[in-house]
Amino acid sequence: MDVDSITLFAIVLMAIVTYATRAGGLWLASRLDLSERAEAFLDHIPGAILISLVAPVVVAGGPAAWLAAAAAALVAWRTGSLLGAMVVGVACILALRSLPSVAPVLSSQFLVLG
Amino acid sequence: MPKTIEKRNAEEESVVTFTTRGMLAGAKRCLPIAVSGVAIGLVFGVLARQAGLSPVEAWLMSILVFSGAAQFVVIGIWASPVPLAGVVLATLVVGLRHLLMGAALSPWFSKLSKRKAFGSVFFMADENWAMTMGEFQKGKKDAAFLLGGGLVMLVSWSTFTFVGSAAGSFIEDPARWGLDFAFTAVFIALLVGMWRGKSSILPWAVAAFVAVLGYEFLPGHWYILLGGLAGSLVGVVFRGR
Repeated sequence: MDVDSITLFAIVLMAIVTYATRAGGLWLASRLDLSERAEAFLDHIPGAILISLVAPVVVAGGPAAWLAAAAAALVAWRTGSLLGAMVVGVACILALRSLPSVAPVLSSQFLVLG
Repeated sequence: MPKTIEKRNAEEESVVTFTTRGMLAGAKRCLPIAVSGVAIGLVFGVLARQAGLSPVEAWLMSILVFSGAAQFVVIGIWASPVPLAGVVLATLVVGLRHLLMGAALSPWFSKLSKRKAFGSVFFMADENWAMTMGEFQKGKKDAAFLLGGGLVMLVSWSTFTFVGSAAGSFIEDPARWGLDFAFTAVFIALLVGMWRGKSSILPWAVAAFVAVLGYEFLPGHWYILLGGLAGSLVGVVFRGR
């Protein structure tokens, strides 16, 4: 159960930098008296960030990912259930990837989201 | 767009709460995410071990940094001796999107005490942030939702980092089980809830276009920040059209 001091130092630096980015946006936006324009900007951030997380992964994932994405969107639209969309999306991609013709296996690079 | 401004004003007049109930609701909603994150925690643990971190070190990193994106990137450049400058720079670049995410929380979080607001944002990851924004946009106002979701994810992420690191390399590729797609499906479902008709088309199209280009042609994770910025800016410039 060894912890190297330089490694620990690097981890603490990473923690500080990451926390600074998490707190920094809230800190800045809370201090400023926001104009109507700035509020409209904030309003658009969630959709724009989510699209940016999703679009490249889906586009690069090939037909299996396109169909699974469409299925997940359909379930979410009809039922409003996040869990349902997740289960259907995963089931679809699993089924489609097992078809050899439309199964470009995604690299584990796509895992890097959190 | 006047509609959203009205909505925002209405939100500002009402009270933002921070209750145990809200925390539990967030924990419950993020539980499926935490479960599908198990495989990713295991994989990170295995990679961290291969890069030379001990299980305890990997575990500490997952607790203190709590950012899958930053940690995977850093493990990719980890060496002996530790390249401190590279580690810090990579962490900063990957984390920049948090600035936008935190700013988006501010209409609600600026109404909390500083302790609650700045304590909660430690637990802000992509998934529970997106779910929290979804709740706020539905008119719910319990800000502890973020913390509840984050706690569940942190426990899962750090525990399975440790397990993966200790168990070694027999962990299989989660893509084999389709689990890599779980987050994407959840993000898509959240997007469906955020759709506001015609006024969403242009910002979302621009964000998607810029993100896809950035993903193709730029190193690392710039595509998330650039897509988010481009989409939001376009949304401001063309608001009310």
